[in-house]
Amino acid sequence: MRKWWWKILSIVLLFYAVVAGLNVFNLSIFQVPRLIVVEESIRNLYFHVSMWFSMMILFTVSVVQAILYLMRGTPRHDIVSRQYAVVGIVFGILGYSTGMIWASFTWADPNNPAEASFASIAKDPKLIGAAIALLIYLAYLVLRDSIQDLDKRARVSAVYNIFAFAFLFPSIWIIPRILESLHPGGDGNPALNPKDINAKMRLVFYPAVIGWTLLGVWIVSLKVRLQLLKEKTSLPS
Amino acid sequence: MTYSLRQIWTLFKKDLLLEVRQQYAFYGVLLYVGATIFVLYMSIEHVEPLVWNGLFWIIQLFISINAVAKSFLQERPGRMLYYYTIAGPQNFILAKLLFNTVLMLVMSVLSFVLFALFMTYPVQQTGLFIGLVFLGGWSLSLVFTFLAAIAAKADQNAAIMAIMGFPIIIPQLIVLLNLSSGVFEPHSAVPVANILILVASDVLVILLSVVLFPFLWKE
Repeated sequence: MRKWWWKILSIVLLFYAVVAGLNVFNLSIFQVPRLIVVEESIRNLYFHVSMWFSMMILFTVSVVQAILYLMRGTPRHDIVSRQYAVVGIVFGILGYSTGMIWASFTWADPNNPAEASFASIAKDPKLIGAAIALLIYLAYLVLRDSIQDLDKRARVSAVYNIFAFAFLFPSIWIIPRILESLHPGGDGNPALNPKDINAKMRLVFYPAVIGWTLLGVWIVSLKVRLQLLKEKTSLPS
Repeated sequence: MTYSLRQIWTLFKKDLLLEVRQQYAFYGVLLYVGATIFVLYMSIEHVEPLVWNGLFWIIQLFISINAVAKSFLQERPGRMLYYYTIAGPQNFILAKLLFNTVLMLVMSVLSFVLFALFMTYPVQQTGLFIGLVFLGGWSLSLVFTFLAAIAAKADQNAAIMAIMGFPIIIPQLIVLLNLSSGVFEPHSAVPVANILILVASDVLVILLSVVLFPFLWKE
């Protein structure tokens, strides 16, 4: 495989994240603080929150590639931008899924079936911010498919990418400030603030984020190579 | 590319004149507003203040999508080429933003009046609410104008504009809803921070439009 060092690093870091995160060998250094309600499921942090971090990093790279495309005009930037957006969406969906599983054990009211608690959970500011991010990039893909001409497609979707991203970041910052005044937080559980994280958990968390991001970059690099091959041999993509 | 106030003003006057003569967007949106409010009036007699608020902003959202879509998407491709030869892209988009702002303000006030007439009127601080209606209409029209410019390149599809616009407008809608929920008590404090957030978002949209529109401009 090409450029193997960071790919091996990704595998090693993810292996470490699983082994240390789930504390397979029951080492004291990987023990987690047990809060009410959440208990050991806090370990989901290494997977759920890492997904969101990786998603934002991938979307950031996507928008940087879009800016580079508008500046330089080389089609490769456009292809790379699209693939980063696609893999970012996948990580976002994974983040939602891991979040749903986690919420059904912690946030959902144990007296109701898990689906009934959905409406009370869905207004959480982070969920809305994440939904906005996913919807923006899904709209980006729809926009791309609606334009036939390749150059126009690349230019217009790059413009939308930049515009939407410039709105995404402030909105992720604004919404928690606004909605905090309406809601006290997720019901029954002190809301977990990722900035306020135990030092022991940081040992696993940061490598996990790097590992998941590198995995995403690996997937993108493969998709880009595939796409470039398709374009060179003029297969319908 | 130079900014020319004269070009902006000329383009704005052109749009205004077209609108006054054809009244294409104006009556179309007016009909939309009237129909929506009539259906509401037939189905609901009295609503809680917060429901009234939510319904009002939903209608504002759809008005802005309709009004702005008509303004951009009625230009035929040949005409865009003509504009390209006579005006700079920044001037064009600023004129469009200005025109859609004015159109949206007029439609907002009209829909507010109709809404207040037909649905029982729960607002206590009317002045503040009218200010919010203006601010909200301005914000919505700015975002959707630029998205209509993008959609105009995507084979003139109006649905794509709504798809792109909805996630982007959510944070501003949340701030607007939060702000306007305060007008139903007679003496609640005005949260200036939220208003500043909205104004800052609007300035951001204008800046982004002016920077990004030249890339859309070349065919």
